[in-house]
Amino acid sequence: MSDLTRKTAAELAELMTSGQASSVEITQAHLDRIAAVDGDVHAFLHVDTEGALAQAKAVDGKRAAGEQLSPLAGVPLALKDVLTQEGVPTTAGSKILEGWKPPYDSTVVKRLKAAGIVILGKTNMDEFAMGSSTENSAYGTTHNPWDLNRIPGGSGGGSSAAISAYEAPLAIGTDTGGSIRQPGAFTGTVGVKPTYGGTSRYGLIALASSLDTPGPCARTTLDAALLHEAIAGYDPMDSTSINQPVPAVVEAARNGDVAGLRIGVVKELGGEGYQPGVEARFHEAVELLTKLGAEVVEVSCPHFEYALPAYYLILPSEASSNLAKFDAMRYGLRVGDDGTNSAETVTSLSREAGFGAEVKRRIILGTHALSSGYYDAYYGQAQKVRTLIARDFAKAYEQVDVLVSPATPTTAFAIGDRIDDPIAMYKNDLCTIPSNLAGNAAASFPCGLADEDGLPVGFHVMAPVMRDDLLYTVGAALESALAEQWGGVLMTKAPELEVTR
Amino acid sequence: MPSITREEVAHLARLARIELSDDELDHLAPQLDQIITLVGQVSQVAADDIPPTSHALPLTNVMRADENVPCLTPEQALSGAPAAEEQRFRVPRILEED
Amino acid sequence: MTAAVLEIDDALATYDPVMGLEVHVELNTKSKMFCGCPTEFGAPPNTQTCPVCLGLPGALPVVNAKAVESAIKIGLALNCEIAEWCRFARKNYFYPDMPKNFQTSQYDEPIAFNGWTEVVVDGETYRIEIERAHMEEDTGKSTHVGGATGRIHGASHSLVDYNRAGIPLIEIVTKTIEVPPAKAAAVARAYVSMLRDLLFALGVSDVRMDQGSLRCDANVSLKPHGSTVLGTRTETKNVNSFRSVERAVTYEITRQAAVLSSGGKILQETRHWHEDTGITTSGREKSDADDYRYFPEPDLVPVAPSREWVEELRATLPEAPSVRRARLQEDWGFTDLEMRDVINGNALEPIVATIELGVTPAAAKKWWLGELARSANESGHDLDALGVGPAEVAEVQKLVDDGTLNDKIARQVFEGLLAGEGTPAEIIEKRGLALVSDDSALLEAIDRAIAANPDVVEKVNSGKPAAAGALIGAVMKDMRGQADAAKVRQLLNEKLGI
Repeated sequence: MSDLTRKTAAELAELMTSGQASSVEITQAHLDRIAAVDGDVHAFLHVDTEGALAQAKAVDGKRAAGEQLSPLAGVPLALKDVLTQEGVPTTAGSKILEGWKPPYDSTVVKRLKAAGIVILGKTNMDEFAMGSSTENSAYGTTHNPWDLNRIPGGSGGGSSAAISAYEAPLAIGTDTGGSIRQPGAFTGTVGVKPTYGGTSRYGLIALASSLDTPGPCARTTLDAALLHEAIAGYDPMDSTSINQPVPAVVEAARNGDVAGLRIGVVKELGGEGYQPGVEARFHEAVELLTKLGAEVVEVSCPHFEYALPAYYLILPSEASSNLAKFDAMRYGLRVGDDGTNSAETVTSLSREAGFGAEVKRRIILGTHALSSGYYDAYYGQAQKVRTLIARDFAKAYEQVDVLVSPATPTTAFAIGDRIDDPIAMYKNDLCTIPSNLAGNAAASFPCGLADEDGLPVGFHVMAPVMRDDLLYTVGAALESALAEQWGGVLMTKAPELEVTR
Repeated sequence: MPSITREEVAHLARLARIELSDDELDHLAPQLDQIITLVGQVSQVAADDIPPTSHALPLTNVMRADENVPCLTPEQALSGAPAAEEQRFRVPRILEED
Repeated sequence: MTAAVLEIDDALATYDPVMGLEVHVELNTKSKMFCGCPTEFGAPPNTQTCPVCLGLPGALPVVNAKAVESAIKIGLALNCEIAEWCRFARKNYFYPDMPKNFQTSQYDEPIAFNGWTEVVVDGETYRIEIERAHMEEDTGKSTHVGGATGRIHGASHSLVDYNRAGIPLIEIVTKTIEVPPAKAAAVARAYVSMLRDLLFALGVSDVRMDQGSLRCDANVSLKPHGSTVLGTRTETKNVNSFRSVERAVTYEITRQAAVLSSGGKILQETRHWHEDTGITTSGREKSDADDYRYFPEPDLVPVAPSREWVEELRATLPEAPSVRRARLQEDWGFTDLEMRDVINGNALEPIVATIELGVTPAAAKKWWLGELARSANESGHDLDALGVGPAEVAEVQKLVDDGTLNDKIARQVFEGLLAGEGTPAEIIEKRGLALVSDDSALLEAIDRAIAANPDVVEKVNSGKPAAAGALIGAVMKDMRGQADAAKVRQLLNEKLGI
């Protein structure tokens, strides 16, 4: 049998259905791959070998007993360490949660387990998802499998690196300002941010409650759609969950027909500050879609330029409140409890020791933005900008079905390049943030390698609220057209990682 | 003039219960000043008559029925506690009454 | 440390009190405000918690519909407007008994606002304006260890139980209460007592001040007569009985007057009421640390009660307290004075409940305003926290009605009940209290009385039958009161042939 780790999730499911491979074999193959390459990549913070094999065995048992199984049953997956899984260490990339084992499953994990998807372990991320490179993880940086000296993007760099390094065919990410899509773009993989409220946030350690969205990461559009379908849908445990049927994402990924689809290129997301190689691949992809029958026009979203400032008010404000619970009283790190220090002091010492620089930066920024006297000028005004951005989208969608742009202004940058320049780091997310503020669906699909550095470029698609299916229509069309040119998906061009045994 | 002073940052850190070191304060204050200048751009957007948006879809009245669901066991509840005593979370002495 | 205070009359001679009250009501919903955990009082620690009310990372709140319904009912009963659209907000501050270090509350968009209600004090009706009633969640409970009993100061550490965390609260805030200065404290008490009755009638809360399901904070400041400048106010917390409300307000008036009269300044601070010593002590000074950084709770969506729902709920409201009082007075045939005693004695609800168990209004009033009120007064408890309820009163009265007890012995039974000696039957048994209905025992006592009082017998025989009263008294004394006086008179008359 050829290497199981090179298969897509859909292919692995087929191998299990036809009896050519068991989930235990597939899971073991991926565990072996992790053991072989993760020393260099560092995509995982925790590998749950026993738990994964037990889950795989259970699925194989059910299959042998003739039980009806869901499409991805037995397929392994890497889980971003920001989602709770009962009894499995969950840190959100922070020292303050080191060793914490949640007593409950997040809704996403419940659904993964119900679908028989095997959870291999927890993936690295920027601390509390604050960052665009995983360099803010308290547990070391993840390396981009395309170039180990580069960052894999963030905050979900671990998830994207894991699938790009063939350590897992599927991964879960969470996207607050681009944390699924930007790492997807940087690692040549597919990353989808569903409509806000389309996937449940219950059990997702909150960064910014009004922006956070869990979503699928995969090497192919169809795999992403299959995973999307498995985790999406109404959850009564999340008050912001949308009580509507899940859009027909799998069907869209299988059809991939863009003939007659109206595509708008966002004028404001390009030009100055965008790497030429990124723009070149992006425009070629647009041309390709035109050839496939899409109608392409340019549209203007004038308020997108205020998305970044609005985002860096809303996110820190909500985060400063969400992260207040880490006070060393009920769980997590406790520092300075020497019998004389007060609870107040112990909380302050623990937060000082347990939080990294970026987390402190944002908590203080958010505390400032919510303070009396500043609220209206900052948080209040940012929420109004949100309305203006949503109106830009609404106006555009009167003209077109989807909007497109590059997923990121540049390709993956070198580790250490921007670590102490927060503003340069923040600008990574220029293209992805508007969709978080407006809550609509968006995704990044691989569209080639930049000429300058040979690194992957992401093609960003933005669809209206609850039209997540349109993302997959465009992604699938692009993927099959490009695969024809390349003789396979972009990932087949990735360099081989050195394997250590 | 900076948009935020070192003293203000120190005050915010106290409010946020983070015991920042002097070095951190020195480093953080100018960075925050830059960031606040950037985010301050939102105030340039004329939006007086614009309603704020908090969520993508304007949902209202999401409620649950008044029914009990199983609780965590006390062991589960206390499983992450840095210290516990008499089935309660043990915390350092509290300075002030609420 | 006891602060200097002025006499209340001296304080009011110079200053007018300005007062506002904040009352927190724990709702009696089955589940908590934002999760499905039970709300039972007194459960073993940390047995009623889940990821949501423990504030575990990742957990999310979902609003309890019944709590919203109760909030609307309370708003309507207080003649409030009900918001067509309102939101929850986060009130951010750190405290170990608050799992998320923010309280999910409401800020500038309360569910109910602009209401009013009335209270009666000494026969006068006073109108109290209601600023707002909003929804929020309760905190956990800390036990302080290692210092003086239960006190925070001097404690070495604290133990926290989160069973109470997340129980739905409604906070009812008055506008400034404008009443004659001399009435302020009594009006405060009457207001809280009226709220208790109202909330009980609505069926939305257990309203047990002793268990903390009704809690009152009193904001008090003073201004010199004729001044329009408001003084600095204090917020007195932990006021846990009706009586304490009145005492705490009076205390704060006299304390602040003493400070101001001696040229001092009032600190803006929270103060804590101490039931045992009858004083307030300094709690926490208000400062810029009280920047609560309110913002709309992003984990919840707005509550927009439909007008149909509001009207449906309005239709279920019980009659207004003033209307009900008038009706009950008429039904019971009480005079205005009697009714005022009932209201002022907080005895309305117990009397209603006792009458419902078959006791006559006069008898119910007699016990609740007599024996039980006296005991409440002496022990400093509220009437409903005595451990003797309508059921016990009805049981004792039944024994009086069937001749087992007379009023005098019944009082001893209440004494036993208040001391926790058991059920009425057990107390009668233990204390040997039942009336002696055995004729032979009574006849023996009569014989002894006749033998001991030949002069009285002489008087009776010489045509002064009224003198027999002294003999009856002697017999009752002999029987230690445990005889039916009417029966004794009958037997004595037979014996003496009158």
